[in-house]
Amino acid sequence: MKDKNSNIAVLELKSFPVLLELLSQKGYDLYGPTIDNDSIVYDQIHTVENLPIGWKDRQDAGSYRLEKSNKETLFGYTVGSHSWKKLLHPANERLWKATADGDRFSIKTPEEDSGKRAFIGVRSCELQAMAIHDKVFTMGPYVDTLYQYRRKNVFIVAVNCTQPGGTCFCASMKTGPKAQSGFDLALTEIIESDRHYFTIEAGSKSGTKILSKLPTREANQAEMEAADKAMEHSAEKMGRTLNTEGIKDLLYNNFDNSHWEQIAERCLTCGNCTMVCPTCFCVNVEDTTDLTGQQAERWSSWDSCFTKDFSYIHGGSIRTSATSRYRQWMMHKLSYWVDQFGTLGCVGCGRCITWCPAKIDITEEAEIIRKK
Amino acid sequence: MAHTNNIAERIIESNPMIVQQFRISRKIKETHDTFSIELELPDSMDGFSFNPGQFNMLYVYGVGEVPISISGNPSKNKILTHTIRVVGTVTKAINNLKVGDYLGVRGPYGAGWPVKQAIGKDVVVVTGGIGLAPLRPVISYLLTNREKYGKVALLYGARTPEDILYIKSLEKWRGRFDIETLVTVDRAVGDWRGNVGVVTTLIGKSTFDPLHCIAMVCGPEIMMRFTIMEFIKKEIEEKNIYVSMERNMKCGVGLCGHCQIGSTFVCKDGPVYCFEDIKDLFQRREM
Repeated sequence: MKDKNSNIAVLELKSFPVLLELLSQKGYDLYGPTIDNDSIVYDQIHTVENLPIGWKDRQDAGSYRLEKSNKETLFGYTVGSHSWKKLLHPANERLWKATADGDRFSIKTPEEDSGKRAFIGVRSCELQAMAIHDKVFTMGPYVDTLYQYRRKNVFIVAVNCTQPGGTCFCASMKTGPKAQSGFDLALTEIIESDRHYFTIEAGSKSGTKILSKLPTREANQAEMEAADKAMEHSAEKMGRTLNTEGIKDLLYNNFDNSHWEQIAERCLTCGNCTMVCPTCFCVNVEDTTDLTGQQAERWSSWDSCFTKDFSYIHGGSIRTSATSRYRQWMMHKLSYWVDQFGTLGCVGCGRCITWCPAKIDITEEAEIIRKK
Repeated sequence: MAHTNNIAERIIESNPMIVQQFRISRKIKETHDTFSIELELPDSMDGFSFNPGQFNMLYVYGVGEVPISISGNPSKNKILTHTIRVVGTVTKAINNLKVGDYLGVRGPYGAGWPVKQAIGKDVVVVTGGIGLAPLRPVISYLLTNREKYGKVALLYGARTPEDILYIKSLEKWRGRFDIETLVTVDRAVGDWRGNVGVVTTLIGKSTFDPLHCIAMVCGPEIMMRFTIMEFIKKEIEEKNIYVSMERNMKCGVGLCGHCQIGSTFVCKDGPVYCFEDIKDLFQRREM
């Protein structure tokens, strides 16, 4: 950084492409928000033009619409159905490949990983989701080495969320809207009547290195205030809240609450919430062969606790009713997770609410159980 | 690129999903639907150490993988033994393997039975059906270290006389004075003249001291529930009762999420639990 006393710098819009170029030069493949099928989808990007310039989203329970904004924002949307999970903990992944070799078989290494990747536009809730996955995959007795490898090679450019959506509740989960840790660089996008710029700060050594090469200057008082105000304003705009006070024990004590059955009357057990959730980590492990039997593979693929098969054990499933499956999901997020990993399993991104075809809302359901 | 390859190799070496290949050296038919297999260790391995109650993931090339308890003697660590009931695709495929074939193995996983905590106390083992398999290593361990324990009682229940597992071992144990072996069947057929009734009926017939004992229970959940009720009546403390739980397992290492009951992962926190710690789970349906 140019000035050691200042943590916050300013990057003008016209200089933003330099950030992408620098990261590319450093060998990072760039991933960021793009528009696909009328929604924001994280995918490989190459230039600023790939970003959803001037688009915003409108979200409510069971509803998501992408709309033109009256501002030329780069990051004017909230979050789409995809999270960064798909890049760090892929929906389908080959764990190994084996070839028949007489009576035996030989196991081969996975293909070379693409290596270094830079994620552009990570929200604070998503940083928290990654921190949660780090605990799940790398801090237990056994480590998911493929996840660990990918995670180590990610450069994170967080973008503070100035556009919380109708289903967001990160402020009440204390996971946002401002990125606090876990990023290499964090930006706040600010559009004023005559100016469009970013405040930018580094959160790591590699972030500091990149920042020092960017054409930035120290942020002045007015710019810092503008960024702070944007964050304050954002926290106030949050569409929902989840009262987390004593939530773990609240649900433990309400395992037999009749409200679970009422939720199950609406729940289609489609598993959408588990697919869009940035922290849901359950996978199926499947072994396959080709038709000749010469090649065998082991695959990991996202699974959902909403299927009956999920708890199948010789003779039948443990969780046969929709009641028990919804309860499993929500209690895992808000109760079991705390005992397992020392943190709630929910980051308040609101995806499960937006993408639920039955408009089931975890914040509302928790509140009803609290009052019942 | 060479650098990337090294990383890839390191990933695969430490990847907990990688199996090693063990040669089947012996197959033993135990009952009409259950068999045991003995595996030779690969050359790279000096011994396979495990705690009684731990399990391995067994992989049949191209078919799939299943969690199976280790059922051999823990003091003989050159042979790895598993007892398997044919219930699904993978167990059927294992049954179709012959001596000389190879089986993929990874493990051992999970928490075992409290053989160390039981030192100086009586030990009562109550099992039903194939539940004897994960407890046979306990019996072997106790008999190897016999002077460290008080009375040892094995109470075993099978559906019919034909379903009795390890019949030769049971006969041998019944012939010893340092272990009390009681067997019952739910349904007597043929020339059975032994006990008839559920396994809990044996608890009253045994001579262990309920106030100074460690109890280990493995069988269907309903059988464990009734056994625990009997134990509580006899004033065995909840902290001295251990049970083995069973759930769907896909990875065995706490990463796939399938085996959760409440906040616990059966694969890494269990399968053996102190009853005091999980008694709430026992009362919950569909947890």
